[in-house]
Amino acid sequence: MAQQPMTTPTDIRDGDTRPLREVKAETPEVIYVPRYTGVQRVSHWITAILFTLLTLSGLAMFTPFLFFLSGLFGGGQATRAIHPWFGVALIVSFAFLFFRFWRLNIPNRDDVEWSMKIRDVVTNREERLPELGKYNAGQKGVFWGQTLLILVMFFSGLVIWDQYFYQYTVIETKRWALLAHSLAAVIAIAIIVVHIYAGIWIRGTGRAMVRGTVTGGWAYRHHRKWLRQMAQKRTARGPADKRGS
Amino acid sequence: MADYSSLDIRQRSASTEQPPTIRSHQEVAKLIDVSKCIGCKACQAACEEWNDLRDDVGVNTGVYDNPHDLTPKTWTLMRFTEYENPESQNLEWLIRKDGCMHCTDPGCLKACPSPGAIVQYANGIVDFIEENCIGCGYCIKGCPFNIPRISEVDRKAYKCTLCSDRVAVGQAPACAKTCPTGAIMFGTKEAMIEQAHERVEDLKSRGFDHAGLYDPAGVGGTHVMYVLHHADQPQLYNGLPKDPRISPLIAFWKGGAKVFGLATMGFAALAGFFHYVTAGPNEVAAEEEEEAIEVEKAAKNGPTNGTGTGAAARPH
Repeated sequence: MAQQPMTTPTDIRDGDTRPLREVKAETPEVIYVPRYTGVQRVSHWITAILFTLLTLSGLAMFTPFLFFLSGLFGGGQATRAIHPWFGVALIVSFAFLFFRFWRLNIPNRDDVEWSMKIRDVVTNREERLPELGKYNAGQKGVFWGQTLLILVMFFSGLVIWDQYFYQYTVIETKRWALLAHSLAAVIAIAIIVVHIYAGIWIRGTGRAMVRGTVTGGWAYRHHRKWLRQMAQKRTARGPADKRGS
Repeated sequence: MADYSSLDIRQRSASTEQPPTIRSHQEVAKLIDVSKCIGCKACQAACEEWNDLRDDVGVNTGVYDNPHDLTPKTWTLMRFTEYENPESQNLEWLIRKDGCMHCTDPGCLKACPSPGAIVQYANGIVDFIEENCIGCGYCIKGCPFNIPRISEVDRKAYKCTLCSDRVAVGQAPACAKTCPTGAIMFGTKEAMIEQAHERVEDLKSRGFDHAGLYDPAGVGGTHVMYVLHHADQPQLYNGLPKDPRISPLIAFWKGGAKVFGLATMGFAALAGFFHYVTAGPNEVAAEEEEEAIEVEKAAKNGPTNGTGTGAAARPH
């Protein structure tokens, strides 16, 4: 097919103009591409809920300015007692996510090119970016960053979980663990803030984790290689699902 | 433990409020003259008695220390060290009454995340207010002397109060009151330093050239001080730290790391907001939906058709 501009430029700095409103004669046909199974979505949201609970209870103990958050969990003693158990639950739910998705997050050549063009990424100049598989380098960064930080927080958390593990380490080790635990936590929270924002910024992403599907156009725009792979696999089975999950 | 209504507070953990400061205060101190201690443990008994604590029967570890460590119910403890002095060839029995040093710059209070769980009174006493304690054990990591202990019963931290309840009504701490040799003295910090200097002079005249006062500057001085015969080697006295100070790890964790943490999280959120109001959302165009349908059709009719394994249309 002919190479023609496929996107409606959303960035006015490239000099193009666009109509204020697309004129739509009829409802455009849209196909839906499955992206996450029900089990994957449930695993993701369990992890997300636990991460939120850990953030709120952890920040309560991180700085006096946020100690009031302990009220959400029934007071300081209760917050201190339940925080590590949230952590244990999270390491289990995150392990599910990790073993499902680690292969898809192995970096490749496209990730290098994508990362070099990060300016085009943040200015929505999608047409200048390479065609990508299921994940881009930013998504892979979230995946590996969280994997590393969750491991750091899990092990340093055990060291400072005095109720059960006090006797196994000396005080100096516990001091290092406290510092590592809090630094890893703030970086992990910052990554999650970016992760959530990306879901707001890249329109149409949310339904991947809510309904399990994305539109064909979304896949074409952001993960074209993946769309092609999926299309070839799907033809073996039947027409694309138009109901949208 | 303590009700602090009768004592003014100087510092309160995890709090930004400025306590009242119009009254002038005298700092108090306990002076423990190790050279006069006979190891009778009357101070331990008096401490249990006054504070109404009965520790569990422990185990004998082959030394005189009994119990062998501080516990949530043993707030003071005689630690015995047998030291063979290489100069005099004498065997010296160094007995140190261990317990909270009531630092001017308390590491426990700095580390504590719970507002008002640790206070420092204007007279220098550092006290745990157990009602506010959440049992996190940060005080243990903050303390340069390894003093606080968390109770297995109620998960709250305990340590010597310097008998703040007695001091508030003009009494000396129970241990000082009971000491039969006068090795434990109590008064204003000024008077205790003066007393210590007299004792040090006396010890020097008796051949203890390195006698001195232990009031470590690294923690801003303490409100429990020792007269030591070997002040140049405080480690001899069962590991009394030579230059105690708040661990730099704790200082960074409670200082720079906290600022860095709040700044990082705040920056991430603000960066997202400003990105949205400048670059705007990244939207899929109608043409792209059509292109996707073309891809789908091409796959159906293309040369690769039929290579699928049949495992098919599940995500990845």
